[in-house]
Amino acid sequence: MVLSMNWLSDFVKADDIEIKKYCDELTESGSKVEGYEILGEEIENVRVGLITKIEQHPDAERLVICQVDCGERNLQIVTAAKNVFEGALVPLCYCPDGEKRVAKVKGGEIKTGKLRGVLSEGMFCSIEELGLTTHDMPGAAEDGILILNGYDVKPGDDICDALMMRDKAVEFEITPNRPDCLSVIGLARETAATFARELTVPTPVVKENPELGKIEDYLEVKITDTEKCKRYSARVIKNVKIEPSPLWLRMRLRASGVRPINNIVDITNYVMLEYGQPMHAFDYVCLGGKKIDIRTAGDKEIFRTLDSVDHELEPDMLVIADETKPVALAGVMGGENSEITENTSTVVFESAMFHGSSVRITAKKLGMRTEASARFEKGLDCENTLPALERACELVELLGAGEVVPGIIDEYPVKKEVARVPFEPEKISRFLGLNISADEMKKYLERLFFTFDGDEIIVPSYRDDVRCMNDIAEEVVRLYGYNKIESGNMVFPMTQGGLNESQKFKYDLGNLLLGAGYTEICTYSFMNASNYDKIRLAKDDARRKSVEIANPFGEDSKTMRTTALPTLFEVVENSSRSGVENVAIYEMAKVFIPREGVVTNEHGLEGTLPEEKMKLVLGAYGAADFYTLKGAVDKVMQFAGIDASYVACETEPTFHPGRCANVVAADGTILGTFGELHPLTMKNYEFISTVYAAELDLDAIYANASFEKAYKPLPKFPASTRDFSFVCDDALEVGTIEKVMKETNSKLIESVKLFDIYRGAQLGEGKKSVSFSVSFRSPDHTLTVEETDKAAKKILGAIEHKLGITIRQ
Amino acid sequence: MKEMLEKIEQSALSEIAAGVSTEEIRIKYLGKKGELTKVLRGMGALSAEERPVVGALANTVRANIEAALKEAVAAEEARKLDEKLKKEKLDVTFPGKEIARGHRHPIYETEQTLRDIFIGLGFSIVEGPEVEYDYYNFEALNIPKDHPARDTQDTFYISDNILLRSQTSPVQVRTMEHMQPPIRIISPGRVYRADPADATHSPIFHQCEGLVIDKGVTMGDLKGVLELFAKRMFGEKTRIRFRPHHFPFTEPSAEVDVSCFACGGKGCRLCKGEGWIEILGAGMVHPFVLSNCGIDPNEYSGFAFGMGIERIAMARLGINDLRLLYENDMRFLEQF
Repeated sequence: MVLSMNWLSDFVKADDIEIKKYCDELTESGSKVEGYEILGEEIENVRVGLITKIEQHPDAERLVICQVDCGERNLQIVTAAKNVFEGALVPLCYCPDGEKRVAKVKGGEIKTGKLRGVLSEGMFCSIEELGLTTHDMPGAAEDGILILNGYDVKPGDDICDALMMRDKAVEFEITPNRPDCLSVIGLARETAATFARELTVPTPVVKENPELGKIEDYLEVKITDTEKCKRYSARVIKNVKIEPSPLWLRMRLRASGVRPINNIVDITNYVMLEYGQPMHAFDYVCLGGKKIDIRTAGDKEIFRTLDSVDHELEPDMLVIADETKPVALAGVMGGENSEITENTSTVVFESAMFHGSSVRITAKKLGMRTEASARFEKGLDCENTLPALERACELVELLGAGEVVPGIIDEYPVKKEVARVPFEPEKISRFLGLNISADEMKKYLERLFFTFDGDEIIVPSYRDDVRCMNDIAEEVVRLYGYNKIESGNMVFPMTQGGLNESQKFKYDLGNLLLGAGYTEICTYSFMNASNYDKIRLAKDDARRKSVEIANPFGEDSKTMRTTALPTLFEVVENSSRSGVENVAIYEMAKVFIPREGVVTNEHGLEGTLPEEKMKLVLGAYGAADFYTLKGAVDKVMQFAGIDASYVACETEPTFHPGRCANVVAADGTILGTFGELHPLTMKNYEFISTVYAAELDLDAIYANASFEKAYKPLPKFPASTRDFSFVCDDALEVGTIEKVMKETNSKLIESVKLFDIYRGAQLGEGKKSVSFSVSFRSPDHTLTVEETDKAAKKILGAIEHKLGITIRQ
Repeated sequence: MKEMLEKIEQSALSEIAAGVSTEEIRIKYLGKKGELTKVLRGMGALSAEERPVVGALANTVRANIEAALKEAVAAEEARKLDEKLKKEKLDVTFPGKEIARGHRHPIYETEQTLRDIFIGLGFSIVEGPEVEYDYYNFEALNIPKDHPARDTQDTFYISDNILLRSQTSPVQVRTMEHMQPPIRIISPGRVYRADPADATHSPIFHQCEGLVIDKGVTMGDLKGVLELFAKRMFGEKTRIRFRPHHFPFTEPSAEVDVSCFACGGKGCRLCKGEGWIEILGAGMVHPFVLSNCGIDPNEYSGFAFGMGIERIAMARLGINDLRLLYENDMRFLEQF
């Protein structure tokens, strides 16, 4: 909402308040000011001049030399303009003291100079140079000089004063709960309350022309849908003369950011801005049967609006109809069939209150939010339709735009109830943590036009947002001053704060990874579904079934990820592109798994929310290889206290079939997958070197985690160590050998560590030598050589028996 | 003999002082064929009276020489060590060996700072679903369908009834439904709005909302908590300013500014000359919301507040483009 300060001064005195202070104080009392503009500021030393004589320039065919009376003296101006004539009044930009002062128009400064050898002491201005348009100045030449004959001006007048261009336009950001403030009068009320000044809103006076009969002779109004239309007030204007509005009205519209059109349309806009009540004007001759019916549309009824667009209406849309057809979309836009034209001679003014959400739904469905619909949808005041209608008719008479037919049609089936709220000053004081007396509160509330009836507050009809104690408290405190509230210090029973166990787990795990050199990333949770192809998921892979956004920007923001690998790979790819040589990153990322069936919920809400799972993804390249990544995964498992095993996985299409493993918990749950990326996955990205990645299921890891820690006595007796080397098939996993060894004599075996793998010609093709160091220890005595040898022998026996391999000679 | 002993001592000590090799001196005087040994061997010729006297003298001489030798050896060792250390001098300006270290993402680092501050005030952390029912995101918060307030937040929908939460407030509703006061929680998390990404907008961002409900909670308490928070987050000299505003789920509502921590309120580029930076929305929980969640507004009152984590991270770290936070450029992340 842009407020003209000139307009405001019709209702409250505010021109003595410095503009910055005005804006700050209004912001502090709840009407947020976005900014302000001082209109006419960019024009300096432009006055009205009278052209007394025009001569041809001796050396230039296209130029003429004008003698101009600027009030104080005569000036010579050379111009190329074609629409000048002797006797023309024109805007003249010149420096009254020669070169000493600047003369400015929109777009630059003007100086005295010579044009083709002839002195020119200034410049005539076009509307553009004055920042005006042909809407502001109807009939003005677009490519010539603005001719002011016919305006109440004389030579020497300052142009901004003469054209009433000086104003201050303050832009407010009005919150949706205060549609009443989308008006000059509404903001005048706030101004008066903020500065404790008097507000004067004159009651419009309509003279009417008794010779024109009664409105009932002209029009019949019926509200068929009283749910969607609460009140409908109308007046008829005869002998309408469509012409431009007077300058003052045009300039007020201009300052408010509204384009002047013609007197009748301008009046409806003017009243909307002044009273906050959208108005509509119909051409009376277009109303078939002299009837207005406020009803819902017929199914698939076609209707062409003012902007020449056809709309197919739906049965829940409210229309203003005559006997047979709609003539307006209630509260949204009028129809082309009843539009005001140059030939209009009789006009019906509508001032009505339509139900907010009905207007909103219609406007939204038809994709046409208008100035009117934006106001209606916030909920307007039923009591405002008549004053606004009367103001419009007053303006018609003032402008001589037509003659008002006696009488008003005012259909108001159910009068709006007056809202009352109990006045509880002590409760308010306590609630705000302030010590304000009841009298002081009363004073603030009265400044905002609340009245009192015993212990009850009567809420003004335009304040639908005030319904309970909290609302009253806000009214009080915004005038008292939000910043005068003293800070309290929450003297309440203690509460135990802190992270819960799973939050702590995730946080500590993050620290572990940071310490291990992994940098945290943060990526979008939605993505393009084509990423599933990029990571090579099979066509029937369950992970392709994703939650989809119904109204995305495009494909890239459509699919909620079911795996956090693609978003990880994107970061890896970007790092590759920017030439980063070494990357190790992680993310704890949510994925969204659609759920079948209906999960019952407390409010009987339809639909089922997806399962939100937390994944931990790791990615690395450069200094990384399979085993460094495995080391990181292993650290995560150790941290979670999980004795995980690693099982080769050939079936994850994202990964190299020979270099990929599942992480498996003791109960067989797969906790995640990691490995080297499949060369074909790598091909789908611009990677500079081999990429290793892991996707672990953090929820499953947390579910399997064990954080119990208990002291184990330190060993009292020494360990004995034996080294074993085996030659076996290359395909045999060391994990298998290790497992067999551990199972043989788990009581004495303290640890089994692989320390060497060797492949060589002398071992033969497809063979390898693996060496383990096994440590034996007993908790209650020093092992004898015999005992150790026996255990070692058992291991060798088991290896030979179960795996068919023998110790390397 | 006495004179001989004294002579030996003198000559040995002077040789030590002159820096003759200590081993040479030891052999020359104290060795099996050394001069002192020779003298002692001649002691047999002495009378019974003289023998103990000369013996004692000889022992003293030996002790003196040995002590002097020990000292000389120690000095020699010290000198050698000194020489060795000099040779071992390192160029301490050589770069240290790289130890891998990861970097926490600025959004989560900021979130962590927020958590720590509120945990210190007795708050718990509550999380909730990101794909949420319209009911929890809007209706329970006093924003019915077709309420104009919905226009201020462009929401991503999954279906008519399910959406990507546009605020973390649904977590507060869920908390109130399952918990009776005293409630003191924050709900940091990811939210979604259909705003295309630019320097100040992102379709995905993070919020941290807080909720306190108890008997007799006042607007002054709200201000007190936020003031404490602002000082912890932005420095002890930070001041806060309330401006009236409107949120459907709080009444009274306020927008909260903190004094610019870059210029202290004088006005600079960061605060666009205002001296203040808007970081928070807050207010007293609307009685409708309380009763909707099964809490009696006549018995309890409370306040809620919410802030954008990115905004705070950007302000603290001087990041001028929100998109940087989601591009995850290593050269960016490694700065923090």
